[in-house]
Amino acid sequence: MLAIISQIAIGATDLVAAFLFLFGLKRMSSPATAASGIRVAGIGMVAAVLVSFLYVFTIDAAARPHLIVNLVLAIVALAIGGGFAWIVGRKVAMTAMPQMVAIYNGMGGGAAGGIAAVELFGNRATGTTHLVVTLLGALIGAVSMSGSVIAWAKLQGVLGAPLRFGGQRALNGVVFVAALAVGGWMVFTAFSGVPPVLPVATWILIFFGLALLFGVLMTLPIGGADMPVVISIYNAFTGLAVGFEGYVLGNPALMIAGMVVGAAGLLLTLLMAKAMNRSVANVLFSNFGEVPAKGKPGAVAGTERETQASDAGIQMRYASSVIIVPGYGLAAAQGQQKLYEFVKLLLAAKVQVRFAIHPVAGRMPGQMDVLLAEAGVPYDLIFQLDDINADFATTDVVLVIGANDVVNPAARTDKSSPIFGMPILNADMAKQVYVIKRGQGKGYSGIVNALFYKPNCDMVYGDAQAVLIKMIEAVRGLGAAAA
Amino acid sequence: MNAELAMTGFIALYIFMLAGFAGWVIIGNVPAILHTPLMSGSNFVHGIVVVGGLFALLNASTPLEQGIGFFAVLLGAGNAAGGYAVTDRMLAMFKSSGDDTKHKTATVHHLKKKG
Repeated sequence: MLAIISQIAIGATDLVAAFLFLFGLKRMSSPATAASGIRVAGIGMVAAVLVSFLYVFTIDAAARPHLIVNLVLAIVALAIGGGFAWIVGRKVAMTAMPQMVAIYNGMGGGAAGGIAAVELFGNRATGTTHLVVTLLGALIGAVSMSGSVIAWAKLQGVLGAPLRFGGQRALNGVVFVAALAVGGWMVFTAFSGVPPVLPVATWILIFFGLALLFGVLMTLPIGGADMPVVISIYNAFTGLAVGFEGYVLGNPALMIAGMVVGAAGLLLTLLMAKAMNRSVANVLFSNFGEVPAKGKPGAVAGTERETQASDAGIQMRYASSVIIVPGYGLAAAQGQQKLYEFVKLLLAAKVQVRFAIHPVAGRMPGQMDVLLAEAGVPYDLIFQLDDINADFATTDVVLVIGANDVVNPAARTDKSSPIFGMPILNADMAKQVYVIKRGQGKGYSGIVNALFYKPNCDMVYGDAQAVLIKMIEAVRGLGAAAA
Repeated sequence: MNAELAMTGFIALYIFMLAGFAGWVIIGNVPAILHTPLMSGSNFVHGIVVVGGLFALLNASTPLEQGIGFFAVLLGAGNAAGGYAVTDRMLAMFKSSGDDTKHKTATVHHLKKKG
């Protein structure tokens, strides 16, 4: 009786939780409602976790003698895992967000892999389909876990340059096929009566070992610029793994939540690849900036002209419209607070100021938006590529801060350029362009930027934060006379 | 395979199809400005895996199963709690210029006059 009542309570609560997840994600379609959306989803999560303790009334006879130990283990695991991640998540800097998301993805993948491992070691699969789905979830979850750890290490700077060697793709292929083969052998021997040669537990370990190895090998050669796509793929992978293990456990809440995230991750991955004018396969299996050009890139005529920060600042103060294009250089210099201070001075002087964000600015889609939000920039001043690109031609001044490839007109005109065809912000079309840049180096892609040599473009060399401080001083220096 | 089993398989496929479609449509409506919180928010949603981990751990009957179950719950709880913490923090930062910015500037002016 108690078992039936608990099952109904769990089923009903999970149903409500699944609804709250969908409703919460739906509220993310506007910055005004998004904050309430995640709280709604949070309520669903807490309810689902609490009600799952009712499982104690439905557990297997074999697990009954271990009930107290298992309950203590569950509470300790929840407290340690949840508590630690909560504290880190509250403290971490906004610029470190991509690696945090990567590591949380990896944890979810590891949890899904763990569920699969318990099912496999406990020999709980009831049929071929059940076993195949368990193994698929295990494979995807394990790849997502080890891959995410590598992605985290790269973004955190623990791992340096991408590791590439001859025959790498062939090796990856062999490892992947071997994992599939071991899984196939496990399914074949489980129900056919053919002896598995080695003990089943050994096969399970080999299977997980190969899956984890594949995640590492697949992620090692991918460079920092492509990490956003990788994080997004692992997000989708973990979602899929969770959905599959939901099927294995007969839990529709896991199936729904996992699949929704799987679809979300897939969509985000495709959007990002589109913003870079590359295919997902191209991101995963070739390397940015190493794409062989179809000919000699067009020679760039002219010279880079340098100007003073103060001159550029004053010019913007007397402009009627300014568009700011922030890039990773702004984030690296932690200059977003100073930028907003400068923007407030311009706004006070009745200058129309807007921000133009390229879809792949920063190291994660939308990361630049978060950094600007952190500095206090209202979201209605922030515009995406499609919404603002037509306005550059009628704008007085464009200020490019630490962005390079996303404003390179070669993407529009130079067929031999590796970034040809990538949608860019039309900064070069404005009357005047100022570029804040640390030096004359190149961007992520290693391509010369034709914009910097144009007659309407002046360079302000220096660290973004230091340059912005000079600009603020220059505009303040105009004093009350100008106000 | 008997009819009942085949039916459960199809029900699972229906759930996967509809959930995938719902995810695609809902997420497709999220503007690019929210893509980072969306990624960490969907990250939080797959933290529901902790519930599966709890089920596995509570049903564990050998030390090996208990050990793996413990780590599944630990990692799943980290996924859910961490995902929520970072998403909530990010979303709290988004403000429109119509929100309380005017309010804030007014307070600042007021304080300055006092000073």
